[in-house]
Amino acid sequence: MTAQAGVDVPVVRPRGRATRWLGGDGAFRVVVTACSAVVLVTIVAMVIFLLVQGFDAMRHYGFFSFLTTARWAPSEATATSASPNPYGILQFIYGTLITSLIAMILAVPVAVSVALYITNFAPLRLRRGLSSLVDLLAAVPSVVYGFWGIFALLPALKPIGGFLASTLGKVPVIGVAFSGPYFGYSYFAAGVVLAIMVLPIIAAVCREIFATTAGSWKEAATALGATRWEVAMVAVYRPSRTGILGASILGLGRALGETIAVTMVIGNFVLSINKSILGQGATMSSVIANEFTEAVEPFHLQALFVVGFWLLVVALVVNIIARRIVAAQAAL
Amino acid sequence: MTSLAIEIEAYSAKRRRRSAAATTGLLMVMVGVLAVLAWVLLYVAVQGFSALAPSFFVSNPPGNPSALGGGFANGILGSLIVVGLAALIAIPLGILAAIYLAEYGRGRWSNAVGFFTDVLIGIPTIVTGAFVYSVWVIHFGFSGFAGSLALAIVMLPLIVRTTTQMLKLVPDSLREASLALGASRRKTVTRIVLPAALPGIITGLMLAVARAMGETAPLLLTALGNNLFTEVNPGKRMSTLSLQIFDNAISGFKSGQARAWAGALTLVAIVLILTFAARFFARRSRVAQ
Repeated sequence: MTAQAGVDVPVVRPRGRATRWLGGDGAFRVVVTACSAVVLVTIVAMVIFLLVQGFDAMRHYGFFSFLTTARWAPSEATATSASPNPYGILQFIYGTLITSLIAMILAVPVAVSVALYITNFAPLRLRRGLSSLVDLLAAVPSVVYGFWGIFALLPALKPIGGFLASTLGKVPVIGVAFSGPYFGYSYFAAGVVLAIMVLPIIAAVCREIFATTAGSWKEAATALGATRWEVAMVAVYRPSRTGILGASILGLGRALGETIAVTMVIGNFVLSINKSILGQGATMSSVIANEFTEAVEPFHLQALFVVGFWLLVVALVVNIIARRIVAAQAAL
Repeated sequence: MTSLAIEIEAYSAKRRRRSAAATTGLLMVMVGVLAVLAWVLLYVAVQGFSALAPSFFVSNPPGNPSALGGGFANGILGSLIVVGLAALIAIPLGILAAIYLAEYGRGRWSNAVGFFTDVLIGIPTIVTGAFVYSVWVIHFGFSGFAGSLALAIVMLPLIVRTTTQMLKLVPDSLREASLALGASRRKTVTRIVLPAALPGIITGLMLAVARAMGETAPLLLTALGNNLFTEVNPGKRMSTLSLQIFDNAISGFKSGQARAWAGALTLVAIVLILTFAARFFARRSRVAQ
């Protein structure tokens, strides 16, 4: 800005493009826009690089042959033989799905109840504190959950596992999924640890969604003589069902990819699908964590990248669906 | 009373009882969740304190993992270096990207960035580790810096999201006043909006750092770990607190597990201190508004 001597009012000259650029405004805009691109570039690069790393193995064994067998036998892999594929990953996909399923069955009702209690039932002055405490569950690192899981949770689950094996395990048809014996390290234990880890995530999103429900609905329901529970059901829970679904899928996304805690309690049995949830197994993420730095057989490391690629695909799909649902609910 | 009134009264009583029962049920679930939290924290505290000695913070793990004593000094130092470098990468990038989203972003591109920031938060961190392995470790070997890259990718979307939220909370009247006084947009953002949102932004940064401190999976594939000696060069493979807890926890040696419990307690303490400090800043920001 140029103020000329002897003139009271500063003369403002329209500045050209170059001056504005040098003034930093345009450059600043370019810099922040470029930084925002990093997020998108990272996701795209992840997909490409994992695909490239796994490409040799995919070409050697066939793109989909990994998804059709459950036989993981790196020691039988040779540089030349392509069939049968010694790197079947079906059992890891199964492990990922079954542990996540157990986690969701346990965590979703609890998380929704906790969110409902905090937003509608708890004494007003306790609400923030209770929210913080539930959030603390999310602050505990994964490796600590795994360690705690081995020494505190596994022994505590033993009676429950034994009970499941001796009751549901004896039932025809579904008994296969609960057949004993139960030793501790299992899909079941991994599912319980995952449930504890995803609970605060689901609860936090539910809390936000419950907080956005219309106050007028609550008032209307109360004015009509509804009890507290009825108000919570009619004016808070019902209109939030889509959001709860979104929150649950978000938690599912986290459960699918969780690594260290699962690796520590699942038993890392990689040879085939173990049908019983009380038996040992492995997940997509646990096999990567376990074998990555020791992958010396032909195509072993590439096969782990194939696992990583499919895990990324699953995580992307699940997260995109969840975010869309949550956003749709928030827009209501 | 007529029989109808009695019937209504009975029905109302039943509804009130159901409401009370449901409330009690929810309360019990709440108490159960808090009990799990207490179980985890107390278990770690009890095991940790019984294994913790002052030497834990100044000595490295013994060469023979079955030997008693020793500590995670190199891991704690490694965590500080690896997470510190990650923060140096992720904080400027994250804040600038958030400025774009909150101050400039309109339309498709910014919607896409905002959306995929949330998606990136949900990407499994082991995949992040494998990604950094494929772009960095393959060419330059396992290193503390590779670990930092992986943790930066973990932290970045968390920082972008919280910072964007905090910037959007700054009232538009401040921006308008600044622009009306003739300040450029860049000046408005850096001198007016950022300082106003700073306490909230710091909260988000601390939570992101706390998250990175506890990450283990991506480091297995990048920093790899180094139990033998103290490494301060981030160009070399490096141990972190989380990696040492993992190694020692699954070592099968009582002595190793004792070290891991002391490490777990240290890690939980660091994470909780960061979380509480973050809350403190968050409260200050609310007062400021």
